[in-house]
Amino acid sequence: MPDSANILVAENVVKRFGGLVAVNKMNFNIEKGRLYSIIGPNGAGKTTFFNAISGLYPPEEGAITFDGHRIERLVPEKITALHIARTFQNIRLFGGMTVVENIMVGAFTRLKQNPVQAVLRTKAFKEEEKRVEARAEELMEYVGLRGVGNELAASLPYGAQRRVEIARALASEPKLLLLDEPAAGMNPAESEDAMKLFRRLRDDLGITILLIEHDMKVVMNISERISVMDYGEKIAEGTPKEIASNPRVIEAYLGRGAASAMND
Amino acid sequence: MKIQIRDALRKAAVFANRGKIPYILSLALLALGFILVYLSPRSIPAFLVFAAAAALPYFLEIRKPVKLALAVLVAVVLVPILGARNIFYLEVIFQIAVFSALALGLNIVVGFSGLLNFGYMAFYAVGAYLWAFFGSSQPFLLKAIPGTVPPGTPFFMAADWFYLFIFLGIILAAVVGLVLGLPVLRVRGDYLAIITLGFGEIVRQLANNLDKPINLTNGPQGISPIQRPTLGPETVKFFNNIFEPLVGRPVTVNQFYNILFYLIALVVVVAAVVITYRLDDSKVGRAWTAIREDELAASAMGIPANKLKLGAFAVGASFAGAMGVLFAASRTFVSPESFSFLQSVSVLTMVILGGIGSIQGVIIGASVVIILNLQVLQSFSLFLSRLRQSDAYIPIINFYWRDLSNQLDPSKYQRLVFGIILILMMIYRPAGILPAARRKRELKAHVSEDGGTLAMNGNGGAASGTKEDDHA
Repeated sequence: MPDSANILVAENVVKRFGGLVAVNKMNFNIEKGRLYSIIGPNGAGKTTFFNAISGLYPPEEGAITFDGHRIERLVPEKITALHIARTFQNIRLFGGMTVVENIMVGAFTRLKQNPVQAVLRTKAFKEEEKRVEARAEELMEYVGLRGVGNELAASLPYGAQRRVEIARALASEPKLLLLDEPAAGMNPAESEDAMKLFRRLRDDLGITILLIEHDMKVVMNISERISVMDYGEKIAEGTPKEIASNPRVIEAYLGRGAASAMND
Repeated sequence: MKIQIRDALRKAAVFANRGKIPYILSLALLALGFILVYLSPRSIPAFLVFAAAAALPYFLEIRKPVKLALAVLVAVVLVPILGARNIFYLEVIFQIAVFSALALGLNIVVGFSGLLNFGYMAFYAVGAYLWAFFGSSQPFLLKAIPGTVPPGTPFFMAADWFYLFIFLGIILAAVVGLVLGLPVLRVRGDYLAIITLGFGEIVRQLANNLDKPINLTNGPQGISPIQRPTLGPETVKFFNNIFEPLVGRPVTVNQFYNILFYLIALVVVVAAVVITYRLDDSKVGRAWTAIREDELAASAMGIPANKLKLGAFAVGASFAGAMGVLFAASRTFVSPESFSFLQSVSVLTMVILGGIGSIQGVIIGASVVIILNLQVLQSFSLFLSRLRQSDAYIPIINFYWRDLSNQLDPSKYQRLVFGIILILMMIYRPAGILPAARRKRELKAHVSEDGGTLAMNGNGGAASGTKEDDHA
């Protein structure tokens, strides 16, 4: 099963919370440079699956292989160091820090400085700080934010906060980017912009993207493949067209989703 | 009315910052303050003028080297001279320096990293007892009955080891900080507060009870005498040549000791400020703040939260360790009483009062608490007791001051006064006297015109405002 083209392979991943099996024998893989989505009703285990990949809630069973490394037992910082980054469904910025600082925090694992250098203000330290600050500014512009570098992250409007979160994730130089409902709460124009951004991330930067999304317009439009989760299990996988016509999916999920998408 | 005052203040600020005026203003006020205190060393208004004059340049637009020069002038020349004329001021400023360093250390733990710590004095105790043990005769008294010192017991080591022990105090306190940190990492918030509180008590009780079976700490009586670094007669004579004309009378050895300890404390504080400031503006400082803001998100960004929390504990503790050693030497006496829970709370008060997370703030917090404690409250009690001895009375109700109960001594109501101040602060200025502000970086200037493929779409998305519900 493990294919060299697959950057991430999850096999039989199980995550339980007490008696509840949040993710049950999940098998999943994504090829390098692709943009896949995971959809499913609320409580299907999508975010839990993300948490298992990013190490926040390690799985009880199963194996996750990323870029040739087994990561299911690694702590989050090791996983970030291996170039996986994520955003959160309910935006989790460092609200009391400025936008630029937030993005600079994202670069944490990529910085070589140590505290002694910081106290002595060595040349290498100063240069690295200048570099990471410039990089943070670049990323800010890349995601479409201007002139807000010194604003507190919490003071930004919702859509802008989403962008900061993506910029922060990009600062860690990810090969795989996990986006948890990035278009939630966005208006149609904003989610249009967001889709453009995701395509650019994939096409220009070569980042593999895995998306959890409820907005069917976004999902159907942008994903190359879609996996559908329900009650912690994967019930279907395929191209957007296949998924749209899969009776099980329609029964479990898309019926409601499609209806609400039309109401948009 | 309020607006008028604010207007007047703004006009005054504009005026005070024009051209050479800030330089003239600060020098003039400094000279005035210095002369006032020099002439009437016991007057509190004079001292406050001097303190204000010393703080003023910080708020004016003055070139950085000049500010630095003014600070050095105040700290190294003016304060020792005034201190030699009234040793009490030196004590006040020494305590301000000691507690500033403590507050700076606690600020790293509580302010930057958001880890509540109610047992911070334990690290101070570690430093103090380190030098108390090795800098006294205690190592020879391990088998002696606590409280008894056979006459003629020599000191364990030469007094000048003191300087090395400042560094050993830093290391030992940092190690103890790590040891405390390890179990503490598993808990958060309120639980952390309880554990650190317990830790502080454990250290104090150890100091209290480690007089048997081996007499390490001499129990509740404490260790005394503890050596001070040597200040030979030649040194005293040399400095007296300089100081005598300035102070107006010969300065005694003890006064020189006070000046020496003040200067050492000053060096520690300056080092603490520089270290704190530079760590804060680095990867480590950003990570600390990130952990405080959202630990889970920080972990997901690749920050090893546990390692950094341990680091915060160790760095914070190390400042206290250095000051502990200094404290032991300056008092020549150490007992468990100095490291009570209330002392830990005092330092926490300084941090909260000054502005949690703000470097300048916690120093101001420490100054305010110490000055209030040592000067304002005590002189108020002195004033009351003088009234009590007089025949004065409050007219209409015919209340004679001499009938005023002894219980109503303000210096006995320190905690009450601080409690009231803290409550008022929390209501009217919860972020402290000088709240922490995020560093503004010099970013490329951007006009926020629309541009690029992905310009922000106004506040469209903000309409929903609140965060989405967390549905997995």
